[in-house]
Amino acid sequence: MTIRVAHLYPEYLNIYADRGNIAVLSSRARWRGIGFEVEPISVGDELRPGEHDLLYIGGGQDREQALIAPDLAARGDAIRESVAGGVAVLAVCGGYQLLGRFYRGRDGVELPGAGLFPHETVAGARRMIGDCLLACELNPGTRQTLAGFENHAGVTRLDDGAEPLGRVAAGFGNDGESGFEGARVGSAVGTYLHGPLLPRNPWLADWLLARALEHRDGEAPELGPLPDGLEQAAHVVSAERAKSRGGRF
Amino acid sequence: MPLTVGIAGARVAAGLSRLVGAGGGTTVPGKVLSSLDPELLDRLAQRLPLGAALVSATNGKTTTAAMAAQILGPRVRLAHNASGANLLSGVTSSLLSAKSPELGLFEVDEAALPEIARRVRPRAVCLGNLFRDQLDRYGELEHVAEGWRSVVQGLDPAAALVVNGDDPQVGDLARERSGSIVFGLDDPRHAVPELLHAADSKWCLRCGRPYEYAAAYVGHLGAYRCPTCGHARPELGVAARGIELRGLDGVDFSLETRGETRPVRLAVPGLYNVYNALGAASLAIALGSKLDDVVAGLERFGAAFGRFERIPIGDKRLLVLLVKNPAGANEAVRTLVAGGPPKLAVLALNDAIADGRDVSWIWDVDWEPLLAGLERVVVTGERAAEMALRCKYGGFSAEAIEVVPQLGAALDRGLELSPTGGELVVLPTYTAMLGLRRIVADRGFVQPYWERAA
Repeated sequence: MTIRVAHLYPEYLNIYADRGNIAVLSSRARWRGIGFEVEPISVGDELRPGEHDLLYIGGGQDREQALIAPDLAARGDAIRESVAGGVAVLAVCGGYQLLGRFYRGRDGVELPGAGLFPHETVAGARRMIGDCLLACELNPGTRQTLAGFENHAGVTRLDDGAEPLGRVAAGFGNDGESGFEGARVGSAVGTYLHGPLLPRNPWLADWLLARALEHRDGEAPELGPLPDGLEQAAHVVSAERAKSRGGRF
Repeated sequence: MPLTVGIAGARVAAGLSRLVGAGGGTTVPGKVLSSLDPELLDRLAQRLPLGAALVSATNGKTTTAAMAAQILGPRVRLAHNASGANLLSGVTSSLLSAKSPELGLFEVDEAALPEIARRVRPRAVCLGNLFRDQLDRYGELEHVAEGWRSVVQGLDPAAALVVNGDDPQVGDLARERSGSIVFGLDDPRHAVPELLHAADSKWCLRCGRPYEYAAAYVGHLGAYRCPTCGHARPELGVAARGIELRGLDGVDFSLETRGETRPVRLAVPGLYNVYNALGAASLAIALGSKLDDVVAGLERFGAAFGRFERIPIGDKRLLVLLVKNPAGANEAVRTLVAGGPPKLAVLALNDAIADGRDVSWIWDVDWEPLLAGLERVVVTGERAAEMALRCKYGGFSAEAIEVVPQLGAALDRGLELSPTGGELVVLPTYTAMLGLRRIVADRGFVQPYWERAA
């Protein structure tokens, strides 16, 4: 049993420790006896819907994002088709922005997006930088918190009725005012939180692994618990940081 | 306000800062006075008979400036911010505390360089490298690079520019100004087989295609060329050839400039210190130093504050290597492993502003070669658990990780685990390094830095 992962543009989009997220997913799969294979997909490489169970896309600086944006936008149909078929997605920061409809930079230049998430992003005057804490309910009735760090000039507006990843408990979130952070479409989630996100939020890693396995096998698996003492300790400190100093310019 | 009254007031403030235990008082007087008189730095700098030289870089600016101080110090009285207080307030404070300085020699924070250069009007600027660092504080690399370009364009016509040609973003600045001194390494035997994960400037500045490296030495520093548009490393005016690494003890190289060659034996290790030495040598040459004085100064140099510093503690020793960003930490790891990998290390991670509030950078460091040799790791600092996770998800056994958030307790634990006569490797972030030094100083093993730096 192996989870097949497509890591999009790893040599361009890797600025905020994205490989940490991959390491957490990989380790937590292997510790449970599940294989985990990562295929890098770069500019010009083929991405066939259904061949992967999980897509990962990270963040880059403006320059790197501009270099890959046209290639990513051209994959819009393939990515939407994948997600409609149950493929899990984690998109962080720049990758999250570019999976929306477009990103317009400070210079007014508009980068096309892949159109998976129902949002648009326009660079604002001030960067939103700091620790951030979210309240999430990805499975109805199960409330969880996500603790991370955000650093973005982009102001992301979700369409009316679109589902965010979580509500901001402390920090800026998508736009600094709506109280929403990130976006969710089925098993695809996008977020500004990096840091990396998954080491101190192992529940989200396990949720993504479960969705990926569900895509692969057609049924949701039972993932046994792992010893997460260090993860919880890191989560507590990060959450405290968000409460004491998040969301301030 | 008359300048002399202000200076007296600031010296009182510095004394008070030390009395109340607020630290070295190395930035307090500058802060006090700059808030009263924002143009104080301009006027203090104008009074320097030999002008001022500025050193900036993501990595190595403290060491480069300290090496330059060793070269220049015997002949001129310096105002030098040796303890690393490198913002406007720190530079101002070092000018206030220096006794009749002739030349200002300042390491300057990358993001603060435009303002400080505008105020100080330097006669020489040495620009070392740009790596991703504290993105929460500096923003993206390109923005810092834009600021540096504006500094170069605004320099006085007679000012000298020294750049590291091996860094594409920095080396390109030499094209802004004829007569710039370009330094770099030229010894492909020491190239890494492939760019490390954290390499930053991989894409051509002009056309965006990947550079080809004839040799990459440290991160993205090396001999690069764009196969598409031809953008390439500028010709080197000051070069290091024939480099011989001597483990943790030091490094030898041949310093070559303008047809002259001198052997140099550095007492600090690693290729990155060859870069620091070249930067200091080039800056000193730009300021008129003779090559023999340059070599003598470089060879006298021990270690800068917290950078590969050895501190005896009873019958054991600490080896302190400051880590603060991926490129710097990668070189610390590479140097440690090359010198015989340690079996025990203390990793100290804080997240104050000076460390970077965003700790994600620890995931971009290739710690794995160090972890491979470790039998046990003690993690400490305010984000100790985060560092523990980095080790755990880097494949290190969770049972061999000890989380001891208090710095003093972690130091004790590390020393307890070290054999008599042994050396305990400590890799702290900036404020963790200050905290550890304070603890060691309280125990009487090292002088507080404000006494030593005076």
